[in-house]
Amino acid sequence: MRKLVLAISMLAIAGSAAFADPIKDRQALMKERGKLAGQLSKVVKGEEAFDAAAVLTALQALQANGEKWDTEKFFPAGSDKGDTTAAPKIWEDTAGFNAAEDKFLADVKAAVAAPPADVDALKAQLNTIGGDCGTCHQNYRIKKG
Amino acid sequence: MPWLRKLVGAALVLGGVGAVAGWVLSAPVRLDAATVAQLGPGDAAKGKRIFYAGGCTSCHARPGAKGEVRLELAGGLELKTPFGTFVPPNISQDAKDGIGAWSEEDFANAMLRGVSPAGEHFYPAFPYASYARMKPSDVADLYAFMKTLPAVAGKAPDHKLAFPFNIRRGIGLWKRLYLNPEQVIAVADGAPDKVAAGRYLVEGPGHCGECHTPRDLAGGTRKSEWLAGATAAEGSGIVPNITAGEGGIGEWSEGDIANYLETGFTPDFDSVGGAMVDVQKNMAELTADDRAAIAAYLKAVPPHPNGYPARKKPAS
Repeated sequence: MRKLVLAISMLAIAGSAAFADPIKDRQALMKERGKLAGQLSKVVKGEEAFDAAAVLTALQALQANGEKWDTEKFFPAGSDKGDTTAAPKIWEDTAGFNAAEDKFLADVKAAVAAPPADVDALKAQLNTIGGDCGTCHQNYRIKKG
Repeated sequence: MPWLRKLVGAALVLGGVGAVAGWVLSAPVRLDAATVAQLGPGDAAKGKRIFYAGGCTSCHARPGAKGEVRLELAGGLELKTPFGTFVPPNISQDAKDGIGAWSEEDFANAMLRGVSPAGEHFYPAFPYASYARMKPSDVADLYAFMKTLPAVAGKAPDHKLAFPFNIRRGIGLWKRLYLNPEQVIAVADGAPDKVAAGRYLVEGPGHCGECHTPRDLAGGTRKSEWLAGATAAEGSGIVPNITAGEGGIGEWSEGDIANYLETGFTPDFDSVGGAMVDVQKNMAELTADDRAAIAAYLKAVPPHPNGYPARKKPAS
């Protein structure tokens, strides 16, 4: 579990490095988010022991990651071109895109406000949060080779 | 000019023979009596598993339906492909607009032969090329389960296809090439039972190969690149390579695959996306044993490099 805390602090440092390129910037944010969710997923899978404090730290980091979101900054007009898997629908239906992101942040905040006491509670919360990842990736990302 | 008359005559005869042959070869072929006899009375409880393995809701629920509403199989989604736009029909229990009036045999002919009760071909966008590998008893169970689902009124719009794809009869020729109830991959001697169990789920009801395998010009799946990934039929993206070949999921363990199907999280810290989101929701409804079987089969499939062209990196 100490590894988890360490990894999160390192990610936090890496995440604070400033990028000028919105595509790279948003990809870094998503990578950090994925790593955090992945750490929690390891606990649910039983690959890591459940440690309430470490899980809460990871959830808080996930919230901090979510709070950095800024659609205009990360997805400015024209940033659909380039080395990106962002779907054109982000710019066609920005309201829906923002709503999906808002739901993710709301669900993470709810988990932080009611921290899971055991693996089953974490599993339920992560299931909801993971569903939010999928909702956005279903409509607003296009997988490319 | 008698030679010209002869030539025209020969051409007419040849054309006529060709037309007759084409008409005969393209005829819809229903199930034989022996297969119909294997259907038996379906078991709705068992059919629920087949329903989720088959992912019927992914195409036949209303677009964007979530939760319980996914069981209202009203159709209406638009699948925009290079052949034209396919619209999955209403397969709810409505007797007029859905399939409520279908007999078990009608349903089995649709699933296993792609033939409608009226004796017409269905388009293979309805993945009967995979369902043809299903056990008749599983089809009967599915029929029994679908009888428990709600009736929803309202016909979905027709497909919008360009010539020659709008000629249904031509599908009979396609079926002669690609409709085959045999399993695709041979299971190695001594492989655990779950490999064969997973093969059945993946190649049959799960119809994974329909999107994950590249197609040839006539729209049939290339068995030599089975599950190697493909250019998506819809939109501009790709469907990933799920073999262990380069670009595929060789690094994923069986546990990783089973976990992905249950939770939607990949082992490389990503989440399920695109059309797979709905598929994964269905897979989450299966038992842990079924997901483990699918994982075991995928690890046993021959590795292939990506079945889609490499991405063109934009100039920076």
